[in-house]
Amino acid sequence: MLAMNYRGPYRVRVDEKPMPQILHPEDAIVRVTRSCICGSDLHLYHGMVPDTRVGMTFGHEFCGIVEQVGPEVRNLKVGDHVLVPFNIACGKCHFCQQGLFGNCHEANAQATAVGGIFGYSHTAGGYDGGQAQYVRVPYADVGPMVIPDWMDPDDAVLLTDVVPTGYQAAEMGGIQPGDTVVVFGAGPVGLMAARSAWLFGAGRVIVIDHLDYRLEFARVFGPAEVYNFREIDDMAVFLKKQTDSLGADVCIDAVGGDAAGNALHYLFGTKLKLEAGSAIALHWAINSVKKGGIVSIVGVYGPTGNMVPIGNVVNKGITIRANQASVKRLLPRLIDHIKAGHINPKAMITHRVPLADIADAYHLFSAKLDGCIKPVLLPNGQ
Amino acid sequence: MTKQMVDTSKIPGWGADADPENDPTYPIRHIEDQKSRGLTWTRPTQQIPNVEILRSIEHNRLPAVIGTSTPPSGLSGAIRRYAFRRSESDWLHWLLLMGADRINVVEGVVEDLTRGKVPNIPGEMGARAEWQHNKTGFAVKAGATAAIAAVLVAAIRGRQSEKSVSPAAPAEPADPDKALFIPY
Repeated sequence: MLAMNYRGPYRVRVDEKPMPQILHPEDAIVRVTRSCICGSDLHLYHGMVPDTRVGMTFGHEFCGIVEQVGPEVRNLKVGDHVLVPFNIACGKCHFCQQGLFGNCHEANAQATAVGGIFGYSHTAGGYDGGQAQYVRVPYADVGPMVIPDWMDPDDAVLLTDVVPTGYQAAEMGGIQPGDTVVVFGAGPVGLMAARSAWLFGAGRVIVIDHLDYRLEFARVFGPAEVYNFREIDDMAVFLKKQTDSLGADVCIDAVGGDAAGNALHYLFGTKLKLEAGSAIALHWAINSVKKGGIVSIVGVYGPTGNMVPIGNVVNKGITIRANQASVKRLLPRLIDHIKAGHINPKAMITHRVPLADIADAYHLFSAKLDGCIKPVLLPNGQ
Repeated sequence: MTKQMVDTSKIPGWGADADPENDPTYPIRHIEDQKSRGLTWTRPTQQIPNVEILRSIEHNRLPAVIGTSTPPSGLSGAIRRYAFRRSESDWLHWLLLMGADRINVVEGVVEDLTRGKVPNIPGEMGARAEWQHNKTGFAVKAGATAAIAAVLVAAIRGRQSEKSVSPAAPAEPADPDKALFIPY
């Protein structure tokens, strides 16, 4: 089969690889119909996540047809078209039982601080991902969900990560009706966070980024007030002025370690790897939220450390909430929202790319070329 | 920049999920009794590893399912094995893994070459997309690459020509007293 093959920072290609096999009784093999490149794949692509091994196949946002199931799989059958959450979750452990499907304890040998994630380095378990024609899906009875007949597969594939991650960012913000919510980052997760903030009753949603084409998209898709941080001298002062000098009720970091906007963080975090990525969005979030406010983090950082004003967290009495999205927990509610027309995830898809052109797709997304917001790969054609 | 206030009455689904009790302890606050805390659980069937798996020392056992992509190999693999002697809390664990990742890139090129495949590095880096959508950037990067290559080639040729005109140093001076005046 054909699969994406990571060769080093900024280098990927498609190669012939062996077909995946059932390795556990709860496994399924899925023929991939759609697979996205996620903003967090770019952290891998940029060489920022430790233990990203040459030869691995990325891809944690995908849906496809069940081709084969292991002997203990009961809920899926061959031929089902399923969406597959990016979390690999057993459904039985201490964490899964609490709805923390992103923190399963039975899916990642290499780390306890991270759950198992498809195609996301060995730090997230060492599973090959869905940017391939076929993929092994462990715990097939737990995560995967049969796509409803009425649902567009383009919406389904975005329910595997970006939609629930953006929604959970808003949920973790504890948004109360009338709250002012600031979202840092106008990538797909930031867009969904902004859209979801309204569902929780926000009174005002502000999106910050530096790419005008993304801000324009956020202005319409959110809909949100949008500001380009390149035009702002001091983010904290600016947002205080926007919020009667008190600060925002909720700030959401939807950027993570690839943030632009500060030379020091860029040098230490992105280039020298002395930080776990550039944490300027988190820095701004902490300093721009009001006292007693909530900072919600869904941006991905590495496992080491970052320079952020933690003293201000204490002094301002800020609550920080963060996690990988618990996709399985959120799916029923999000499907309701799509059905009711409250959200339209597929509107974010800007590029549809054959698997063979994956190197171009990664570069397009990474370099923010051609107005790229969300590229979708078609590993087995249309 | 101007304020663009949004009329919430026009947002489909506005407030549909508003929850005055949503507080930062979610979802653990839904735990109803000690039994459902699930500190022990019936484990799934254990997957038997068919490749080398490096396990965090913070795990007391192998998780029930494991990823089998790209097992450790070569020098990078040796460094990874060493890194996994240290906990996730130890920065050296991660720094060693990052170092192993960089070595692994070189190993990947060598592996390609030994299989008779010359990696198309510009293609792997999406040069075609750069050409299609950012010709200026393409020209700058191509120019910079060519300039660096030219400097390297010139430096290598300079060293080679320097060696070819220099007299060879004697392996051992014939007269120890004269050895002090040999120009090397």
